[in-house]
Amino acid sequence: MTEPLLSVNGVTKRFRGLVAVSDVSFDLADGEILALIGPNGAGKTTMFNLVSGVLKPDAGSIRFAGRDITGMPPEQACRAGIGRTFQIVRPFKQMTVLDNVIVGALRAEAGVAAARGRAEAALARLGLWDKRAAMADSLTLPDRKCLEVARALATAPRLLLLDETMAGLRPTETDRMVEALKTLNRESGLTILLIEHVMRAVMSLAQRIVVLHHGEKIAEGEPADVVRDPKVIESYLGAEAP
Amino acid sequence: MSVNPRAAALGGLLLAFLLAAPAFLDRYLLSVLIVSLYFAYVGQAWNILMGYAGLLSLGHALYVGLGAYTSAYLYAAHGITPLLGLFAGVAAASAMGAIIGALGFRFRIEGVYFALLTIAFAEFVRIGFDHIPATGGSGGYFLPLPPGGSDPWSLRGGPALFYYVILGLTIAALALTRFLVHSRIGYQWRAIREDPEAARALGVDVFRLRMGAVALSAGLTSIGGVFSAFYYNTMLPEQMFGISRSIEMILGPIVGGLGTVFGPILGAFVLTPMGEGLIALADGLGLNVPGLKAVIYGAALIVIVKFRPGGLWPWVARKLGLETPA
Repeated sequence: MTEPLLSVNGVTKRFRGLVAVSDVSFDLADGEILALIGPNGAGKTTMFNLVSGVLKPDAGSIRFAGRDITGMPPEQACRAGIGRTFQIVRPFKQMTVLDNVIVGALRAEAGVAAARGRAEAALARLGLWDKRAAMADSLTLPDRKCLEVARALATAPRLLLLDETMAGLRPTETDRMVEALKTLNRESGLTILLIEHVMRAVMSLAQRIVVLHHGEKIAEGEPADVVRDPKVIESYLGAEAP
Repeated sequence: MSVNPRAAALGGLLLAFLLAAPAFLDRYLLSVLIVSLYFAYVGQAWNILMGYAGLLSLGHALYVGLGAYTSAYLYAAHGITPLLGLFAGVAAASAMGAIIGALGFRFRIEGVYFALLTIAFAEFVRIGFDHIPATGGSGGYFLPLPPGGSDPWSLRGGPALFYYVILGLTIAALALTRFLVHSRIGYQWRAIREDPEAARALGVDVFRLRMGAVALSAGLTSIGGVFSAFYYNTMLPEQMFGISRSIEMILGPIVGGLGTVFGPILGAFVLTPMGEGLIALADGLGLNVPGLKAVIYGAALIVIVKFRPGGLWPWVARKLGLETPA
């Protein structure tokens, strides 16, 4: 069996007394789409920050594409091939939508002209082409979410980390985003790790689900199995959920 | 980088006027133009740091002073032409900028606290120069005028010489800034200005790019200092490094438009002639109002911040139809 693209081994992160992530392990195969779900405060975003280099784990290791990236700073993690979005969107407000994405594309291209081409392609994919000349701070929240994804995508990542990209989107917008991501995954083999509360998106996108609760992994498996897991229903989905 | 034909035509006219100016302007008006160009130049250098990389420096007089003292000392004490001396000045200023930058960026001193750090260093160096005997301490340092009066290769000469030197510097700084802003570095600087964390997530090496910005801005500013030393021939630590000097330098870019290539030039050409003109008017009316210039600049700043917080340039460019086609 080939080595997984991302391999998280026994990772723990504490903030003072609080254990945000406790001895969590999971693997992500090349080309796979994995969803990280769990209630608020379960440690999902902390997990993302550990993988993308914003935080250093207190214990455990993270391997990506055959190398140890534990504690690697964010800009190097990005260069290694990990693109991410932020849960609370962080557009470059006083730059145009296109310029925002060009910054990402400059990771993959040496020159501005080539980066512009790559950025335009990313914008077209995410349905932001018409708004490319607008200032980023004039965008609506759904468009800002798309911009986050376009910008991360333009860095030409092998692994894309999406932190609650669907939150705040209307169902039709969610479906559009899901379609765009599925297409990317199918066409270019992009591996995706997503944190998501919108179960509609999780169920249609994810090939596998990892459930975190109080910083611990309580379940892992195929979507259909995980949503029937009593532990998951009790801690997260609620007894009434289908 | 496409160019709007109207902008090219207007720019050409302006350039022709500036090139011919010494032929028909009197000494006083030429000196006003020289000072305007000087502030356009140092404003451009400061704007690279603030307007593009998003780092507020309130101690930029530090770099002016280092360039001035270094080149003046090398010339007066060792006979080295400022054309060579400026390299020593640039090296000293860039090194100082790099030290401040390294301290600030390593220890996460951001925003206002970074500005305080720049003030502190300018003050350290001012006090230091008060006690350096080789450059006259607090009594000041004075450049001798050469016996022949004119030696362009040592920056000794009349107003026309200084005029063309500062015009050349301003144009060069404009061209360099415009080039950088449209390059990879410019995009990355602006991303850092807007959100350093998000920039890092996109692979931007924030530390290195900030260091580059501060060293470049300091080095360019120090060349302005070389000019000012040889133009005025007088240096006093208080006058070179004082915080009022640093403030004076940043008014042009703020009034003209932060993070715009033409803003610092427009701002300097609005503020300096306005200040000089009103002083001349007050003199003509027989009024002696000390500090009038500061009052005028303060009032201009308030008006701009209130009505055109983005500065004059974006508005002027729109009115004149000079915007670069997308």
